[in-house]
Amino acid sequence: MGDTEEVKLLGVWFSPYAIRPKIALRLKSVDYDYFEEDLFGSKSELLLKSNPVHKKVPVLIHNNKPILESLNIVEYIDETWNASGPSILPSHPHDRAQARFWSAFVDDKWFPALKAAAITKSEEAKEKGMKEVEGGLLQLEEAFVSISKGKPFFGGEAIGFMDICLGSFVGILKAREKLKGEKLLDESKIPFLCKWANEFLSDDTVKNVVPEIDKVVEFLGELEVRAQSAVSKT
Amino acid sequence: MASDEVKVIGAWASPFVMRPRIALNLKSVPYEFLQETFGAKSELLLKSNPVHKKIPVLIHADKPVCESNIIVEYVDETWSASGPSMLPSTPYDRAIARFWAAYIDEKWFPSLKSILKAEGEEEKKAVLAQVEEGNALLEKAFNDCSKGKAFFNGEHIGYLDIAFGCFLAWLRVTELAGGHKLIDEVKTPSLSKWADRFCNDPAVKPVMPETATLAEFAKKIFAKPPA
Repeated sequence: MGDTEEVKLLGVWFSPYAIRPKIALRLKSVDYDYFEEDLFGSKSELLLKSNPVHKKVPVLIHNNKPILESLNIVEYIDETWNASGPSILPSHPHDRAQARFWSAFVDDKWFPALKAAAITKSEEAKEKGMKEVEGGLLQLEEAFVSISKGKPFFGGEAIGFMDICLGSFVGILKAREKLKGEKLLDESKIPFLCKWANEFLSDDTVKNVVPEIDKVVEFLGELEVRAQSAVSKT
Repeated sequence: MASDEVKVIGAWASPFVMRPRIALNLKSVPYEFLQETFGAKSELLLKSNPVHKKIPVLIHADKPVCESNIIVEYVDETWSASGPSMLPSTPYDRAIARFWAAYIDEKWFPSLKSILKAEGEEEKKAVLAQVEEGNALLEKAFNDCSKGKAFFNGEHIGYLDIAFGCFLAWLRVTELAGGHKLIDEVKTPSLSKWADRFCNDPAVKPVMPETATLAEFAKKIFAKPPA
């Protein structure tokens, strides 16, 4: 299109939500300027101006217009650069509804359950929470088998919407396994998803976009220390 | 080939159920409405939505679609040749519509619900302030999105009108119960006019519950003693 196309992405290296637009932009071979927000510091002027309602990353700024919410951004990228690269969302309305349904499940139920289980100090709540997370993975395994129909990704031959949504959390799952010995990606329970996770991480569009697992491990450890010292201050 | 039959599993009082019904009306798609009994979940519901076990569920040609806003997009895409588009035409405007729909479900409606549950003057005041802040944002969003036309979606009711408008009956019930106007000509003039247009639209009127009926129902369900 026009040579004045300006694409900026505001994100935070650790954030799974910020990984999503990065993958989508790579799938569409779109060049962009990346701005790293200070995770523990104050929010930049640009962020506060572009996302006054939620003040959160990621934010995509295309020709000075901000687009917010990671999955919205992915759909926007798919629609705007529709002539470039594979289609991120499936083409059939029912398949699109499925992709949106499962991504809502991941964002509204599954990941919040994992976050809550990770943070809670109550052993009982942790156990209950982790059961919910494991149950969710079993449901996602079933969904994957039914949707992928034998192909490597939810999106078929190429990475699609649902792959981006769930895939953005794979790094955290692998890091937690290293840090806590927590084996959520258990081949004996969810063999297809485990295979999918490795396919996802080794894909060209994902490889250089997701942070290295060891960096995430280090960061998760640091988060924990900060959380504990915050508690001991009160 | 499965029949092209359309069914909606829902309940008359649920604002979320109103969404697919309005969408189907806008596209002139006939459907069978399967009313769930309050307090019990039917076999069909549990089979069609095993993950969440919630209404609404749209069943089209025997395939279920769940989650109200997702159903609205599905209806728009499936019957795209029928009636005007429910989502705006540019990717940017579509992203804006989706953003505000998510805001309404994640922030605005929960704060509206807490007005009815709030105990004591302090809590009520705090929650009211939240809703009014949200309304101010939505008033601006309306002015930006509508660009002087009748609805968020322009000339015709669309995705965001449906996402927000479905709560108007509950909003009126909350106003009555709290004795406090939330959307009115002074605080939110554009939204106030939009609300009237929305509620009187032929695609909406048949599925929007009467405020009095809904108020009675609200009294019943909120009168239940805590479990």
